[in-house]
Amino acid sequence: MIEYWQKELETISRKDLEKLQLTRLWQTMERAEKSSFYQKVFAEYNISADKIQSLEDLKKLPFTTKDDLRNYYPFGMAAIPLKDCVRLHSSSGTTGNPTVVLHSAKDLDEWANQVARCMYMVGIRDTDIFQNTSGYGMFTGGLGFQYGAEKLGCLTVPSAAGNSKRQIKFITDFGTTCLHIIPSYAIRLAEVMLAEGIDPQRDTKLHTFCIGAEPHSEEQRQRIERMLGIKAYNCFGMSEMNGPGVAFECKEQNGLHIWEDYTIVEIIDPVTLEPVPDGEVGELVLTTINREAMPLIRYRTRDLTCILPGECKCGRTHKRIARFKGRSDDMIILKGVNIFPIQVEEILMQFKELGSNYLITMGTIDNNDEMLIEVELGDFSTDDYSRLQNLTRTITRHLKDELLITPRLKLVSKGSLPVQEGKVVRVVDLRVNS
Amino acid sequence: MTVNQISIFLENKYGKLNELLTLLSKENIRIIAATVADTTEFGILRMIVSDAQKAHQLLKDNNVSVNLTEVLAIAAQPAADGFADILSHFTKAGLSIEYMYCFSSKEKSVLILRTNNRESALEVIRKQNLKCITENDLMNL
Repeated sequence: MIEYWQKELETISRKDLEKLQLTRLWQTMERAEKSSFYQKVFAEYNISADKIQSLEDLKKLPFTTKDDLRNYYPFGMAAIPLKDCVRLHSSSGTTGNPTVVLHSAKDLDEWANQVARCMYMVGIRDTDIFQNTSGYGMFTGGLGFQYGAEKLGCLTVPSAAGNSKRQIKFITDFGTTCLHIIPSYAIRLAEVMLAEGIDPQRDTKLHTFCIGAEPHSEEQRQRIERMLGIKAYNCFGMSEMNGPGVAFECKEQNGLHIWEDYTIVEIIDPVTLEPVPDGEVGELVLTTINREAMPLIRYRTRDLTCILPGECKCGRTHKRIARFKGRSDDMIILKGVNIFPIQVEEILMQFKELGSNYLITMGTIDNNDEMLIEVELGDFSTDDYSRLQNLTRTITRHLKDELLITPRLKLVSKGSLPVQEGKVVRVVDLRVNS
Repeated sequence: MTVNQISIFLENKYGKLNELLTLLSKENIRIIAATVADTTEFGILRMIVSDAQKAHQLLKDNNVSVNLTEVLAIAAQPAADGFADILSHFTKAGLSIEYMYCFSSKEKSVLILRTNNRESALEVIRKQNLKCITENDLMNL
């Protein structure tokens, strides 16, 4: 028997869902027109809500980009007076202006509901003790999960990021059952547990992890599940779309349901900007249809994914998107070949001899751009020299088949690559012309 | 007939070897013989130490990629043909030597070697009555 947080909305018929979407799109456009950005855009394109007859007409609307958010920093996207806003989240502005997302009280409540719906979907209940290892503050993974877990009724442990030994102490002392964690840090935490002589299955009550905020492979998920004896579910969010809760895996672990009563989802070819058919990879474009303070219309997320065709066994009618292929921004172009770091990870994780930590460095050697991949050995050592050489050769061959270029592979000893608690830097670009 | 050898995966990185050796010296583990095989990318450090089990545990606890390997340790005459004599027995039995190194102590020469077939090698030792060094001997060297 499958349980739902909001059965009617989660299993709504496609016809009713699309009707709801259209109504909410109209409301969104009417609200959006009050912001200085959309006022200008709608006038420029001569569009208004009454010109939208069906969801098909969405195509008539122009895209919104991250640059638009930057150019209208800080409050040019606000569709309601600031006095009616109760929270602001801002992304780090490493290049140019940061972006700002505003929330009304209702927006925060809806966001919490989205997250609660996701958590309920993977089996988290009000009897669970939920520890959130995200950074709090401006990073939406902190407060986003906090409010969602509270709405669901969990006992929450806002442990925030870092300090593995303290995290583990909380897990064992409080009997934490669920964790929100970045996948690379989940592996790190498991390693620290084992080093401390803690058996995750015997000494903890952990059963469910929500993992997200950085691209990871299926192999890495399975490794986390094996190391800790838990189930790990992929979550997706982005600060422009509130944060976590936009899409989440159900217990089928086959694609992430994207909540279509909150967002309209499109997948486009990032070059032609035309929609691509289901099953084909393209850029995810989202329209918020249940947000007051800052509606975004056809927002280009830069995330690459595809819609999984077919219905999900869990009974939810909301479309599923595939595991992310990376961000179009993360793409490395080397010798004219497009490469995503996740492709490298997928290959490396297939070798049980290897650990989980790796680093990709691009450099220029004798005017040639080269890729160096350093990867740590796992609990594996050998006296057999040729076995190490064969291993290097085999991995290199698999990488070449996947990437279409031949990287230089370097096996390094366990623990020798930098360990970061938080988002891990996997790619370093030292190329002369980069 | 065999002794335990410590094998360590070693990446080519400044200070790495020194770091490992310091670790052992702090725990009073003596290195009796050592050899490094290397390529441009990585090396394998092989060592005979005074207490292999202790060294193995210590290195493991310090996150070093290490394992214990059984190797043959055979006493050789310090004469010019001492090593050749011993090796010829293995060659005649059709065995290949994967690697070999040696050390001398108290006028005794010891040959550390690993062949491609452990069982046959042990048989050669028995048949030819070659003198082997044991773990106990190592502790007392």
